[in-house]
Amino acid sequence: MSAVAVKYDELKGMDAQVLSISTDSRFSHKIWQEGELSELVEGGVPFPMLSDQGGRVGTIYGVYDEAAGVNIRGRFIIDPDGIIQAMEVLTPSVGRNVSELMRQLAAFQHVRATGEATPSGWQPGKPTLKPGPDLVGRVWEVWKTDMAF
Amino acid sequence: MGEKALSCVEPTAGPIAPSALESEAEEKTTEVQMATASVGKEAPDFELSAFVGGGFKNVKLSDHRGKWVVLCFYPGDFTFV
Repeated sequence: MSAVAVKYDELKGMDAQVLSISTDSRFSHKIWQEGELSELVEGGVPFPMLSDQGGRVGTIYGVYDEAAGVNIRGRFIIDPDGIIQAMEVLTPSVGRNVSELMRQLAAFQHVRATGEATPSGWQPGKPTLKPGPDLVGRVWEVWKTDMAF
Repeated sequence: MGEKALSCVEPTAGPIAPSALESEAEEKTTEVQMATASVGKEAPDFELSAFVGGGFKNVKLSDHRGKWVVLCFYPGDFTFV
């Protein structure tokens, strides 16, 4: 959570609103923010912290663990039309990668703006693919596997 | 009147079923089929209570139309990673 908070200005610059959700109460969010998150990040986390007590929202997003009674780590990128473009769900002990979140967000925004496709490992500035009949069977001419890294 | 006092519990809409599903045939059914999240499909709407900028208010997903939204579920406050 604090890693996302550190990159919040960049995410805001990309026209993205972050919303975090757990099954804790909003009062718990306040105390976590004031007691711990504000020690990790200056000013604490700047985005809304939502309370999904009962896991009703986590259930429809497929991230609610009934045995534990909590939402596991799930990250969804939703476009300006309200369409889910990406989802990533991890079991609790492995944290997410904010750099990968920002890479995917940049890629979805590029695709939305241009209609092009971004190949494996694409980063802003790297070549994109223009899907069409002429590209069929010829990706090897314009894209090499070492461009993915 | 004045500012609403903070209550111990805050009822919210929770998951919001698409209104298109409320057809005449289903009118008598209280259990409306909720869409589940999948890529390429509309994100299921919801309204939840939230801690925002030092205060408390309800937040609705569909109020963010026109912007990109990053939704992050996590197991709980005070967890370690």
